[in-house]
Amino acid sequence: MIRIEGLTVVFNPGTADERAAIDGLSLDVPKGQWISVIGSNGAGKTTLLNAIAGSVPVAAGSVFLDGLDRSGEPEHRRARIVGRVRQDPTAGTAPDMTVMDNLALASRKGPRRLLPAKPAALRRRLLERLAELGMGLEDRTGENVARLSGGQRQALALLMAAMTEPAVLLLDEHTAALDPRNADIVMDLTRRFVRDLGLTALMVTHDMRRALADGDRLVMMHEGGIVADLAGREKAGSSVERLVGLFREVRGEDYAEDRDLLS
Amino acid sequence: MIEAVLVEGLVYGILALGVFISFRVLDFPDLTAEGAFPLGAAVGAALVSSGAHPVVAMLGALAAGGLAGAATGAIYAALRVPSLLAGIVVMTGLWSVNLRVMGGKANIPLIAGNPVMDAAYALLPGAGDWSAALFFALAAAAVLGILALFFSTEAGIAMGALGDNEAVVVAAGSDPRLLRTSGVALSGALCGLSGGLAASYQGFADVNFGSGVVAAGLASVMVGEFLFRSNRIGLQLVRVVIGSIAFRAIMFAGRRYGYIVGMGPNDLRLVTALLVVGAVAAGRLKAKRDAKRGLASAAARSSGAEARSKGGAL
Repeated sequence: MIRIEGLTVVFNPGTADERAAIDGLSLDVPKGQWISVIGSNGAGKTTLLNAIAGSVPVAAGSVFLDGLDRSGEPEHRRARIVGRVRQDPTAGTAPDMTVMDNLALASRKGPRRLLPAKPAALRRRLLERLAELGMGLEDRTGENVARLSGGQRQALALLMAAMTEPAVLLLDEHTAALDPRNADIVMDLTRRFVRDLGLTALMVTHDMRRALADGDRLVMMHEGGIVADLAGREKAGSSVERLVGLFREVRGEDYAEDRDLLS
Repeated sequence: MIEAVLVEGLVYGILALGVFISFRVLDFPDLTAEGAFPLGAAVGAALVSSGAHPVVAMLGALAAGGLAGAATGAIYAALRVPSLLAGIVVMTGLWSVNLRVMGGKANIPLIAGNPVMDAAYALLPGAGDWSAALFFALAAAAVLGILALFFSTEAGIAMGALGDNEAVVVAAGSDPRLLRTSGVALSGALCGLSGGLAASYQGFADVNFGSGVVAAGLASVMVGEFLFRSNRIGLQLVRVVIGSIAFRAIMFAGRRYGYIVGMGPNDLRLVTALLVVGAVAAGRLKAKRDAKRGLASAAARSSGAEARSKGGAL
């Protein structure tokens, strides 16, 4: 579903600050696979997601999604097959619009038509989907999203990103800004969406425990490349300690913030 | 006197709707109206003078304003200049275009015939300006109805989202540039139509018609927002027209009774400017008070956002 070949993304090209954020990276993700991506700050995790979504220009290499090379496609075109949830709960929703308007907007991908945005049948379907979140949002459809809590907003953003069953779902530390309880709720919803809809998902996380517990495969990034790729039994047999050990190996030094990684 | 205020408020209310769409809905501060409004007046008056059907003349004013808005939107999208600059460039160029449309004259009087006002006065024979008020109320209601319908469509909802969080529009797979340019064109079209109607009501078109209309439109929008709150687009649209009528009433009072405090008609622009500043300040104060009262933090955030966008409007 995702095939990345020799991907290179360069920051500040042509200046003294030029730096390859992604450096000749290749990755093949079969349909329905859920990959967790870990790595230290600046490893290129978010840049990788940005390159897949089309929000940063690609210097070299190709991004194939659903069988087509999409490297040159603008972000809004790619969004028709790519769903995305960012870390910031305010990023994925329009705050001064109602819950229902936000959902109606996200319920169809592609150019906007001059047709009613919320016909009764769609409204009913969206109410059902809202109820499935288990947050009582189905009773608050006429309220502005700005009035929802961070957890509710992120659950709504997740529903908006996943409901059209995109070929690729990108999750960029989407629970990191939430309190533990809400993080668990959003993670439960993520599991349900990805598994029930059989989505192909790439999830960036700082939480190694989560990376080990969820997903079919674990990829570790460092300095714009992939330094470890664990799946199946290898992943199941792994531990946080082993991952930290891997980190040390690739960095060739003691990882100064071991405690952060283990927390 | 009330009927004259009503007519002015309704005619300029359509302009205020255009200003509302660019500044509030799209979060696109824009001065195109200063050129699109006199363009609509010029096109409307020129068409009427050449014997065109009044409906055709007003549709011409609408279309011309729409083109002006589309030009601003296209310059913004293609060159990535600030929206204000794109609007200033178009407004400046339109000065020359408007003079061309008016055949090189700075003024077109509608002495030979004024079919729009003929129709307006024929609605309630003998009722004078009350007939005109009813006529323009029907025109404004038609515009409001069409806009409310539009903002309930997929395109309309996406346009509202664009000024709120562009990322949501991109995520929905639609092109934000196309949507924004259409929105600015819609705003320009309303300014053009308002200009055409204003020329008919005043009995002439003038190349200086546009001076100060953006501030007047903004003041109308803000006076409306001061009157009541709503997150429903239909009510927000109606509120703009009510705000415009209230604003014209304030201006009328200033013209009529201003002499008591030593104020002349020339001071009304200053009053307009102070009104805009006052409305922004009142919005800020309200947001602060709400936050202090410890309302739900989310509610404070939304009114804070409203105050912020008001600040951005200046």
